[in-house]
Amino acid sequence: MRWLLAALLCVMPLVAMAKEAAPLADDPALEQRVMKLSSELRCLVCQNQSLADSHADLAIDLRNQVRDQMRAGKSDAEIKDWLTQRYGDFVLYRTPLKSGTWLLWFGPFLLLIGGVAGLLLYMKRRRALVASSELTPQEHARVQALLAAGEGASIAAQPRNAAPGRR
Amino acid sequence: MKSLRFIVPLLVFVVLLIFLWVGLSLNPREVPSPLIGKPAPAFQLGRLDDPARTISEKDLRGQVWLLNVWASWCVACMEEHPVLVQFSRAGVVPIYGLNYKDQREAAQAWLAKNGNPYTTSIADLDGKVGIDYGVYGVPETFLIDKAGVIRYKRIGPVTPKILNDQIMPLIKQLQAS
Repeated sequence: MRWLLAALLCVMPLVAMAKEAAPLADDPALEQRVMKLSSELRCLVCQNQSLADSHADLAIDLRNQVRDQMRAGKSDAEIKDWLTQRYGDFVLYRTPLKSGTWLLWFGPFLLLIGGVAGLLLYMKRRRALVASSELTPQEHARVQALLAAGEGASIAAQPRNAAPGRR
Repeated sequence: MKSLRFIVPLLVFVVLLIFLWVGLSLNPREVPSPLIGKPAPAFQLGRLDDPARTISEKDLRGQVWLLNVWASWCVACMEEHPVLVQFSRAGVVPIYGLNYKDQREAAQAWLAKNGNPYTTSIADLDGKVGIDYGVYGVPETFLIDKAGVIRYKRIGPVTPKILNDQIMPLIKQLQAS
């Protein structure tokens, strides 16, 4: 058994070596460019994956197309145009800025501005409330009267009609 | 000012509701095709039954026609196939089949078994023409007018309802013009 294991261990590096040599592509730089561009493109079959990640048939075909066009000297922008002509802007993960996507691009900023405006308004109102929370002379007199009424008297039983506040 | 405190959240909620309502009722698989209203992309492909005889989109000018993308490996094609077979019997418009990334023998056997609604099928063996037409979910169906402009695209199986409610009225309108 031990001999068998030793023999197996001797053979294993050979097997490992045999697997190592296969290169992914004949042109690693081109392959990197293909992967970089296709990671920015959506696979239409499995919509939550990029073209680079997807193993769908169409994704493989489209990657091949991208590779062929890169070999033919096309720029990334030209390849993107080629794809959007066929599949629409949907293939692009970076949505182009145009009239239809205006809300998508600026909607979050509008919400932010709205939120900040609401917050400022609220703070301004609150500041006004704090400023007005000083006791009026009448209230002051009443507090004094209550205090003077003695420790034993039940303050809670007093009517609260003159209480300041928001409500 | 007091009533505003209740109305503002309600308005925000209603707007949110509208967005969700619209968003959830859209089918994410139906990507609007940029090809609608554009000339049908050019092709020159051999017939499924006779590769030596080629057909191009120019040969089909002057008539309203349907282009149906199908394959023998496509499960959803089985679903729409009886609809197409029945529609082809009426002879309203010619249906051309684009046999997408299929094998000739398998495709022909499939037609022999299930019936052939197509005037002619052309074989797109490597799927290049499919890419030009923006095909991503077989079956897909295009309606092309007399001038060779794509007027309608259906992604997924054609149902009798879609045929009667959407495709037929458009065919009549295009044939009349």
